[in-house]
Amino acid sequence: MSVEIAREDAPPREFMDGLRDSVPVVVAAMPFGLLFGALAVENGFTTFEVVLMSATIFAGASQMVGIDLFGQKVAPWLIVLSIFAVNFRHVLYSATTGRRIAHWGPVQRLMGFFLLADPVFAEAERRGETHGKITFGWYMGSALPLYLCWVAEGWVGALFGNLVPDPQALGIDFLLPIYFLGLVMSFRKRSFWLPVVLMSAVVSVIAYRTVGSPWHVSIGAIAGVALAAAVAPGTRAGKEKS
Amino acid sequence: MSTTVWIILAGALLTFLTRVGGHVVLSRFERIHPRVEAGLNAVPAAVLTTLVAPAAMNGGVAETAALVTGIAVSLVTGGMMPMFLSSAAVLILLRHLLG
Repeated sequence: MSVEIAREDAPPREFMDGLRDSVPVVVAAMPFGLLFGALAVENGFTTFEVVLMSATIFAGASQMVGIDLFGQKVAPWLIVLSIFAVNFRHVLYSATTGRRIAHWGPVQRLMGFFLLADPVFAEAERRGETHGKITFGWYMGSALPLYLCWVAEGWVGALFGNLVPDPQALGIDFLLPIYFLGLVMSFRKRSFWLPVVLMSAVVSVIAYRTVGSPWHVSIGAIAGVALAAAVAPGTRAGKEKS
Repeated sequence: MSTTVWIILAGALLTFLTRVGGHVVLSRFERIHPRVEAGLNAVPAAVLTTLVAPAAMNGGVAETAALVTGIAVSLVTGGMMPMFLSSAAVLILLRHLLG
């Protein structure tokens, strides 16, 4: 059936759609991949260990925390615990995106979850919002370039770390917050968006100053999610059921 | 294997568990309660906000101006690339002018 080829959700087209969606993510993450490689070597990692970490963990913030603690000669189990703490928010991503990819095969799902970093999650949620369902082809198209570039950047950063320009002058230290803000804005059509954003912003800043990083991420996120859970059903149905 | 490699592999395993775990726990329930559903729909905005807010609070004039530009462009165009590029341009320009 040749008409099938032109279908909107044909795998090649889905994969190309994913590639297109990955462009801004790859650009925003690039400086951090290079910076990670350079800093990791400075903190005593070998080039192999840099590549291994980027390829197996694939979570920028936790990798930065990991090498920082490693450089301070912190006990290994504490480094592992810190990586876990920084990445704990992925439990929420998993539960959220798991609903959208439940129709995939088991191996496909495991691959999908392995790649579920911040930007991958955000792009998947955006795609789910505009297209209803997420295909494996689109997901790989959007996540694989980021993954491959991330690993390659760690490697290049480790080899040529001293050539990485001053991040401050080029503004690259602030590119990720800008990118994440753009993602926050892209979800503004969802119900209770503004109350959730305000709640998470205020609570995360308070937690950042009291409890400290990285816990402000989980604490702020849970506050926003709890607010949405508390107010949503009653308002949507027009009356409280329970 | 070196201690470093063990640290990396243990960190990788725990990270993978967080990425699978939420789905595993949730899929044990046959029906998702509307409140859980509403909470999950708020996850992207809630988590991503916490990645911006402290950086915004600690930022100076250039950083604040960049974020305000980003919000404005995002409200007008709705696209990710225009928002990202204009915001980054404001940041770099102001850092050079003020720095």
